[in-house]
Amino acid sequence: MKALSLSLQTAPMPGQIRVGALWRYAKLLFGTPLNAALTLLFGTMIVVTVPPMLRWLVIDGVLFDPDPNACRVAAGACWSFIYAKSGQLLFGIYPFDERWRPALVCLLILALLGWSVRPASWTPRLAALWVAALVLIFWLMAGGFGLIEVPTSSWGGLPVTLILTVVAIGVAFPVGILLALARRSTMPAIRIGTVVLIESVRGLPLLSILFVASIMMPLFLPEALLPDKFVRALVALTIFAAAYLAEVIRGGLQAIPNGQYEAAAALGLPFWRTQYLVILPQAIRVAIPALANTIIVMIKNTSLVLVVGLFDLISSGKAALADPDWPSPAAETFLFIGAIFFALSFSFARFADFLERRGLTAH
Amino acid sequence: MLSSAAKRVAPMPASSEPAAIEMVGMNKWYGSFHVLKDINLTVRRGERLVICGPSGSGKSTMIRCINRLEEHQHGQIVVDGVELTNDLKKIDVIRRDIGMVFQHFNLFPHLTILENLMLSPIWVRSMRRWQAEQTAMHYLERVKIPDQAHKYPGQLSGGQQQRVAIARALCMSPKIMLFDEPTSALDPEMVKEVLDTMVALAEDGMTMLCVTHEMGFARQIADRIVFMDQGEIVEMNNPSEFFSNPSHERSKLFLGQILY
Ligand SMILES: Nc1ncnc2c1ncn2[C@@H]1O[C@H](COP(=O)(O)OP(=O)(O)O)[C@@H](O)[C@H]1O
Ligand SMILES: [Mg+2]
Repeated sequence: MKALSLSLQTAPMPGQIRVGALWRYAKLLFGTPLNAALTLLFGTMIVVTVPPMLRWLVIDGVLFDPDPNACRVAAGACWSFIYAKSGQLLFGIYPFDERWRPALVCLLILALLGWSVRPASWTPRLAALWVAALVLIFWLMAGGFGLIEVPTSSWGGLPVTLILTVVAIGVAFPVGILLALARRSTMPAIRIGTVVLIESVRGLPLLSILFVASIMMPLFLPEALLPDKFVRALVALTIFAAAYLAEVIRGGLQAIPNGQYEAAAALGLPFWRTQYLVILPQAIRVAIPALANTIIVMIKNTSLVLVVGLFDLISSGKAALADPDWPSPAAETFLFIGAIFFALSFSFARFADFLERRGLTAH
Repeated sequence: MLSSAAKRVAPMPASSEPAAIEMVGMNKWYGSFHVLKDINLTVRRGERLVICGPSGSGKSTMIRCINRLEEHQHGQIVVDGVELTNDLKKIDVIRRDIGMVFQHFNLFPHLTILENLMLSPIWVRSMRRWQAEQTAMHYLERVKIPDQAHKYPGQLSGGQQQRVAIARALCMSPKIMLFDEPTSALDPEMVKEVLDTMVALAEDGMTMLCVTHEMGFARQIADRIVFMDQGEIVEMNNPSEFFSNPSHERSKLFLGQILY
């Protein structure tokens, strides 16, 4: 109360504030010759680029007109293409009449992700819920048991991107933890084996791992033993992500002082409980920024499956662009797909940020 | 009666109490460095032992061998009738019954004080949550900080953290408590609150092995004082004898350094 009345008494007139603020900004922007030069440079760039961009995006753009010809004559962006083709962009070549299935899958995954970020839902039951949901998702996508069967070669678009991302990272995370622990093992065989595995995966580009999984495996595995192409790509992504996550988690483990292990041992906690209850919660918290970085890279890496013939979002976009009835507005399509990837990555970055701040208050 | 008899026959008290810890011809090496040389020591139940000696003499290593934070290479260590070997199950069983307090507290920083105390009763003793919480609150009251239960270790002073560490060990109802210089990392004004807690524990009859240079405390509670130097037990005596009439040149030198 006291502080409030004080500030009311000494509060300057509105006009004074504005002049003061203006003066501060002016000093900030033009205070030194360098600042003034930079301000002029960036100011010019904004003036030159922003108006044409706005003109292309909105003013000259075709926003709603469903007629492809409107796009042919317009000088701006063709957003009506995105609406008209949204089904194909989002679900690829999945059979038209069955599109409700991938749509449901996408909603299910997004709803579960939304549910999972609440600290209150972090119980063992959440893992069970995810496993049940994945069974349901694979049934919805692949069919059988009363639904029309759809082979994975016809899957496409957003559900493929979401399934690859969620399953690859969801499986890679615990595998990465195990690899990180194995790499610190006192047993030489386990340690060396893990080092060889992690370093070979890290030494190869993801593209070559995907090629090995999809093109080379059929050469030396009999048809009957060969997993589906989708599954092969999923395994390749998972192994790749696990190797990187393992190294990030190992970094976190290295930050834990020996006293923590000793205290846990002195209390009689066995190895796995020590890891689960004492060491990993601290190590993962330390590693959150690096983990988030790796995971965001992996979200975007899923789009590389297009090179082995899976239709993720980007390949669906390219397929939609091939429609001869429409001019092919590639920029608009990739902006749209980019926006989806951005939404996924940015949401995850916010989540990691939330976890990090939550960890800070706990110390 | 019993305790005065124990005090008279200092090196190996001929009390009727069974042995809590027995070390026979125990040796340990770090590589080629002989840290512990032929340690023979029997600690009776309820006995309070203070271990002192210059830095690097092997005090920490010796008490850490008792709960197998360190492994000995030769000789025998028997805790409560169970010999320490490489059998992992046996080691975990022995550790449940031995509480340890470290110089740097080693509380779990990601857990609240209450969670620190409840962790091992729940996961090692399979106690129910409510029961573990009751036990935890009981011991927090005994170390006089029940009001800090929901804070994190980082929010407490050093003295408070060390008292939490003592309470955490007590929550497992240990038969033996090991202290490794519990007050040496504390600011001087916090030493007393921790020592008071330990005195109260000693008066309750806990078997205690305590590495410390707090000689006032040693005089007050110790049944015997063990003086170590260069990996050997040089002298073992009751406090009054040890302080007034140390029998070894090295003990005299050490006392001279530490008391003045
Ligand atoms: N992990 C280790 N590896 C090698 N030498 C060690 C290790 N731990 C302790 N030492 C050495 O063993 C000796 C005894 O150490 P310690 O038991 O900690 O002595 P104190 O507790 O009496 O100060 C010291 O010389 C120390 O340098
Ligand atoms: Mg020491």
